[in-house]
Formats: sequence, C-alpha cells, structure tokens
Amino acid sequence: MSEPTAVSTGSGVAPMGTPLRWWRRLILRNEAVRGYTLLSPTLFLMTLALGAPVFFLFLVSFFTQDLLEISTDFSLENYMSFLGKENYQKLLWRSLKVSGFVTVLSVVLAYPMAYFIAFRVRKNKFAWLILITVPFWTSYLLRVFAWKIVLGHNGVINSGLTELGFIEEPLTFLLYNPFAVVLTLAHAWAAFAIMPIYVSLEKIDRSLLEAARDLGDGPAMRFWRVTLPLSMAGVVAASLLVFIPTVGDFVTPTMVGGPKGTLIGNLIQIQFGKANNWPLGAALSVISLIAITAVVCAFLWFTKRVRTQEL
Amino acid sequence: MTIRDTAPVASGEARTKTRARRAPDAAPRIGALGVFAVLYLAFIYAPVLFIPLFSFNDSTYIAFPLSGFTTEWYVTMSRSDGLVGALTNSIKVATPAAVVSTLLGTLAAKAVTRYRMPGMEAVVSFIMSPLVVPAIIVGVALLIIVNAIGIELSLFTVFLAHLPPCTAFAMWIMISRLEGFDAAIEEASRDLGEGPWMTFWRVTFPLIVPGVVASLLLTFTISFDEYVLASFLGGSEPTLPIYIYSQLRFPWQLPNVLALATILLFASFALVYIAMRFRNRGVQFKTTTGV
Repeated sequence: MSEPTAVSTGSGVAPMGTPLRWWRRLILRNEAVRGYTLLSPTLFLMTLALGAPVFFLFLVSFFTQDLLEISTDFSLENYMSFLGKENYQKLLWRSLKVSGFVTVLSVVLAYPMAYFIAFRVRKNKFAWLILITVPFWTSYLLRVFAWKIVLGHNGVINSGLTELGFIEEPLTFLLYNPFAVVLTLAHAWAAFAIMPIYVSLEKIDRSLLEAARDLGDGPAMRFWRVTLPLSMAGVVAASLLVFIPTVGDFVTPTMVGGPKGTLIGNLIQIQFGKANNWPLGAALSVISLIAITAVVCAFLWFTKRVRTQEL
Repeated sequence: MTIRDTAPVASGEARTKTRARRAPDAAPRIGALGVFAVLYLAFIYAPVLFIPLFSFNDSTYIAFPLSGFTTEWYVTMSRSDGLVGALTNSIKVATPAAVVSTLLGTLAAKAVTRYRMPGMEAVVSFIMSPLVVPAIIVGVALLIIVNAIGIELSLFTVFLAHLPPCTAFAMWIMISRLEGFDAAIEEASRDLGEGPWMTFWRVTFPLIVPGVVASLLLTFTISFDEYVLASFLGGSEPTLPIYIYSQLRFPWQLPNVLALATILLFASFALVYIAMRFRNRGVQFKTTTGV
C-alpha cells in the first residue's frame, strides 16, 4: 500500500538496467521498505482471506436470491426486507442486548480477579495467569456443551438439587432462555476480559498509590481516584474484546438458548444453510457489522467523555 | 493525567513515611478478594470438569447421583465410525495451519518490532482483526468468495479459513517475544560483520525459539478446536469439532461424546501448559547473552 511512496523517497538514482541490485539497495537503505517486505506475505494472506471476502460479502448483500439462481442486479431488497420485518430487527436488538449483558457480566467478574492477581498475588503470578487462561484454550464447543450438562433438565444442578432434597421438580428456568446464553457466553469469553484488565492494572506505577495514600486518600478513594481511572483503558479493551465477537455467535444460542434465546447469528447461519438465501444472509451480516460499529463508537465516545470529565 | 503530573512531587518527600506505614499492608491479605478469586476459579473450571466426571459414570444419563465407575464409554467411543477419520482430518488441517501461521506471524512480528514504518498501526490492527471480528462473518464471507471463485469446499478451505486467526495470534505471541530481548544484540551481530540472514539465524532465531514453539502449539490448538469456520467451509470431510457436533444430536451417543471430549480437554490442557512454559522460558536473557 505505502510501498510506492517509500519507493519514491528511497532512491532517485536507480540504474534501470539492474532491477535486482536496485531493489537490494532500496531495501538496505529504507527501513519502511524492509518492514513492508517482511510484512507482505502476511498482508497478502489477510487481504486474500479477510479483506477480499468481506468486500465480496458487501457486494453480495446487494444481490437477490431468485429461487436457485442469484441475480446480480443491484438491489436493496435484502435491506428493505430487514427494515420491513420486525422479527429480524428484534433478533438483532436482542443480540446486542445479550452481548451487552455478557460484556458487563464478564468485565464485572473479571475486574476483581485481575485486581487480585495484579495486587495481591506476590508469588507465582505466572501460575495464576496460566490457571485463568488454560480452560479457554479448550474447545469452545465443549465449553458450551459443558453448560448444557450443568443447566439441563436432568443436568448437574437439577439432579444435584433433587438428590439433596432441595427441590422436587427440575427447575425449568435454567436452560433454553437468554439468561443461559448470557451465562454461557460470559464464561466462554472470561479470559478475553481478564487479560487486558490485568495488563492495565499491572502497568500502574505503584508509587502513585503510595502518593495518593500519603496525600490522605483512604483505600476506597485511592481506588476510585487512582487505580480505576488508570485501568480504564484495560476495561475498555476488555469490553470490546468481549462485545464484538459475541454479537455474531450462533453455537451458544443453538445449544442453550432455546426459541427465546435465538440470536442474529442463527438467522445468518440459516440463510447460508437451510433457507439458502445467501444475499439476505450477506445483508444481515453487513447490518450486524454496522450495528456493532455503531455501538462500539458510541461506547468509545461515552467512555472518553467520562474519563476526560473525571480527571 | 493530572495524577501523573503531581505524583513525583508528592512521592519524593513522602517515601520514607510510606515505608514505615507499609507494614500492616504488606502481609498478604487474603480476605474477600481471595475468596472471590477462588469462587471465580470454580466458576471457570467447574462446568468444564463435569465432562470428565460424567465420562466415567456408569449411566447413559448425565445426572446425579453417580451410579458407578466405568471406562466402557472410552472403549465404545474408540470404535465409533468416523472418529479416526475426523481426527486425521483435524490434524491434516491444524498442522499446516500452525506451521504457516507461525512463519507468517514471526515475519510480521519481526517487521513490526524492528522497523519504523508509516501506517504501521493500521496494518497491525488489520492483521489482528480476525481475533475480534465475529467468526460467523468471516466464515460466510469466505464461503461466498470461495464459491464465487469455484473452489470446492474441502479441508483446504478450512485450512485457508483458519490461517487469519492463527496468524494474528502467532504475530501477537511473537511480538511479545521479540520485544522481550534487546535489539542491540542483533545490531552487535551486524556490526561484527554478519549479514541479515546469518544474524537472524544465529542470533534472533535461537532467542525466539521458545516463542516459536509456543506459537506452533497454540495455533495448532486454535485450529484443532475451531468449530464455526469449519462448519461453513468444511466439505464432506468433517474435522473433529464438526464430528462432535454431529454426534450431539443423538442422545444415546452422549456418553461417548463425553469420553472423547475428556480426551480432547486434557490434550488441550497439556498442549497449552507446555506452550505457556515455553513462552516464558529464557526471559532472563535480556541483554547479557552476547560475546
């Protein structure tokens, strides 16, 4: 991308006869050219396997499905059908809400944990970090499945409570609802919430805390006025890392969501499967991306405002 | 920002005092936070650990009370149709995915950490984006383009789909590794007359080997466990997660799935543990290896 500009600044005296030598000289002289040369295979891959597909997705969202054929005439039909169908809008809205709850829940739970490791654990910090992250390397599918076992009709909680004599009938509110989806997702993405918060807490210069204390702040005020503001960058990063990927999830709602827990990801998946309406699926994906971007921008704007007012 | 400005002024004079007052605080306070930490660990681990627990339970129902110990499910699981095929498919995808993504990630990390380039931040966020963009969107987008070009869905397309997230991850690991030692060692090698390739081979590479091993293991794990992308881009040959998902539809297969899941869980645990150990090995190198 920026190689052309680098070329022009690199060397004006290129003997055209020997392009290889010219290239060599350019590489040795110009740092940016060297850097981008090393980056080029990765950038090529990412453009091919991510950039181009997303561009195509955008393109196809303006096509229409004509029975088995896809009509490539430009049309806004898919977007109109989204605007016309309240069900679709409801699903998107619910997905955003569920992801929002997941984000809040995982960040609220992760913060004290990250704080504990950063400030209270003196020895074996590394062991704690391994302990926290290892479960998240196991198959995502299996972790979701695990919650199905825990929350199910005859699952761990129900059969356990029945066995202990606390309940007669299995609790039906555990599985197949948005709550189960939120809980499962918050569990599945916990490491994404902990790590950024931990890093931001670990970076805080401890002398700032001492200073706050010496200037008369108690533990609560010290946390409120020093630790929390300085770790906000981590909290914001954690929120984004949890919120954005969970919006499109369809495995969790399929396994533990039930009909009331269906999300936009399920609708998209169906368009590429049973319903076989790829253009509509593409349009729904684009709409989801736009919605995510909008929420993220609003969130960043809001947190920036809060932070600038606070300090 | 104001805090940062005032801090040096305040702490300079006050430091002696804090030391005296520090005593009660220095004792490791377990307290409420410690209790929370333990509960949190339970929240993270408990659901996952029910899988191995019930995989040894002598009943087709996943419910308390446990009715007895058995290894029967492991035997029936190992005999089930398609398992070996799915396992082979997963290895066929995950091995090249790990190698290629680690190679690309290392090159990219080297570029990012050693050279100043215009537009670098944008490039890094672009390469990292597969870690954040919802997998379903990447999956359907790839499906569309693969279909438009006319490539048939196969293990190769799954491999292709796994490359972006694996590469992003590999780069992330390698950046932290390359930042972990002093670039002056490399400069010293150059000053002593080694070319760029020999410098990389004799100086940089030995220092980043632990990172490379960690990256290979972790990207292998990512690809091996990945479900969403494989579900869109897999052809007629299922990978292991696809196979497991298809088995979940049959209630009578559940105990076998539990047994298989248990093996996978512990294999992942082991791989990741080794990777983490490797990743932090030799951090003490810092600046004192040369000459």
